[in-house]
Amino acid sequence: MSDSVETSVKGDLFSKFDPLIEMRKNLLATGVTDPFSLVMEKVISPTVAVCNGRETILLGTYNYMGMTFDPAVIAAGKQALDDFGAGTTGSRCLNGTYAGHKAVEQALCDFYAMDHAMVFSTGYQANLGIISTIAGKGDYIILDIDSHASIWDGCKMGDAEIVPFKHNDIDAMEKRLRRVPAGAGILVVLEGVYSMMGDIAPLKDMIAIAKKYGAMVLVDEAHSMGFIGPNGRGVAEEQGVLDQVDFVIGTFSKSVGTVGGFCVSNHPKFEIMRLVCRPYVFTASLPPSVVATAATSIRKLMHAQDKRAHLWENSRTLHAGLIARGFTLGTASPQSAIISVIMPDLERGAAMWEALLHEGLYVNLARPPATPAGMTLLRCSLCALHTAEQVQTIMGMFERAGKKVGII
Amino acid sequence: MDRAATADKITALIAPFNKKNIAVTDATSFAGDLEFDSLTVMDFVAAIEDEFDIIISMNAQAEIETFGQLVDAVVKLQG
Repeated sequence: MSDSVETSVKGDLFSKFDPLIEMRKNLLATGVTDPFSLVMEKVISPTVAVCNGRETILLGTYNYMGMTFDPAVIAAGKQALDDFGAGTTGSRCLNGTYAGHKAVEQALCDFYAMDHAMVFSTGYQANLGIISTIAGKGDYIILDIDSHASIWDGCKMGDAEIVPFKHNDIDAMEKRLRRVPAGAGILVVLEGVYSMMGDIAPLKDMIAIAKKYGAMVLVDEAHSMGFIGPNGRGVAEEQGVLDQVDFVIGTFSKSVGTVGGFCVSNHPKFEIMRLVCRPYVFTASLPPSVVATAATSIRKLMHAQDKRAHLWENSRTLHAGLIARGFTLGTASPQSAIISVIMPDLERGAAMWEALLHEGLYVNLARPPATPAGMTLLRCSLCALHTAEQVQTIMGMFERAGKKVGII
Repeated sequence: MDRAATADKITALIAPFNKKNIAVTDATSFAGDLEFDSLTVMDFVAAIEDEFDIIISMNAQAEIETFGQLVDAVVKLQG
C-alpha cells in the first residue's frame, strides 16, 4: 500500500498515516465532495448557513437550543468585548480570572444546583483534566467502551488502570467492579447521551451498582444539557440520580452555543482542582466575551421549557419520518436530539452525504474510529429552532437523496 | 492453575476468534497472526476475564502481543 504514496521516505514519521492518506485519496477519487473540509461562507441563523454558495439547512451542529444568535447572548458578548477586551492572555490561576469567569461558574452552580463549578477552555480539556487528575496510580477507571475521545485521552494521560466494558452493559460493568482489588480507588465514567448513536445510558441502574462498590461516578452530559431532565440538567436528572453523581462534565459548545467546558460537583474538596489540574492551569482562560455569552445563555436555558418541548417534537417527527422512509437508525426510538442514520459503507455514506448537501442539507458524516463497530453514520442533530416546516423539508431531502444513492 | 492448564483454557477461548484456524504457539501474535481488530480484542479480553475472574486492564493489555505473553500475564494475575 505504501508504495502508492509518493512521499514514503525511510524514516518519515508520517509513514504511519499512509493507510489513512490512501483511504482519503480513494474516497475523493470517486469525485465526492470532501466531507471533512466543508466551509460555511455565511451563517444566517442557528439552522441555516451558506455552504458552497448554496443556502443549506443545518442538521449537524449540536446547536440544540439555538442560542448562538440569541439577542441577549450576543449583546452580553459585545458588552464584555468593550469592557474587558478581546482576551485574558493568562491562566485562570494567574491573570486569567475576570469577573465574567466567576459569573459563569456561579451560573453553572445555579443551573445544576451544585456547590462547585470549574470552567475549562474546552469540553475536551474538562474531561482530559478532571479524569487524568482525580484517578491516579493504583486507582481504577471503569468506563464504557464507546466513551468520547476526550475521556479516553484523559485516561491515557493519567496513571490509573483503565478497564473498559461493553457499551451500556450493566452486567459487564459490575463484573469489572467486582474484580477491582480491595482498597483501590475507583472512578466510573459514563455519558448521559452517547453522541454517535444518540442513545442514552441506563444511569439509574449503573450508578446504583457503582455506588455499591464504593466508586466515584463521573457523567459526561455534553449532549443532554438544556433539554433532558426537568431542569435541563441531563440524563442523570431525568432518571432521578443526579444527587448520586460526583462529577458532571459539560460543554458550552452545544446547547450553550459558544465554546468552553466545565465540571460541576458537590465534593467538599473540589476547589483544590484549580491548583492540581494541569489542563486547567497551563492554558489561557476563555475570552471575556465567551464567558459573558455563556453565562447569559445558561441563565436563559433555565427557563426554556417551550423550546425544550419543541426540540423533542422535532426529534420524534424526524425519527418517525426516517423510519417510515426505510432508513436504518441508531436507536429504535428517539432518545435524544441526535438521530443517527446507519450507512451500508463509507463510499455510500459519503455519496449520501454529498447528495444531501446538493439538496441543501448539512449532516455529520461519521466514520471509524469515531464510530462504534466500524460503522459509517450520517448523524443528525436537531435544534429547538428548526421549524416544523424545516423538519418536513429535511425528510423530503432524505427521501430524494436516499433514492438517488440507492440506500432506500 | 499452572501454566499448561492456563494455556489450554486460553487456547479453547481463542478458537471462536481464530477465523483462519491458525496453529497457536507461544509466539503467535494477536494483531499480526490472528488479525484481531480492536472489537475482537474487546470481546476476547472479556472472555478471558470472565473465565479466570480477573481484570486485564488496558495498561496490562498494552504489554501483551503474543499468546505466550498472555498466558504468562493470566498466570500472574491469578496470583
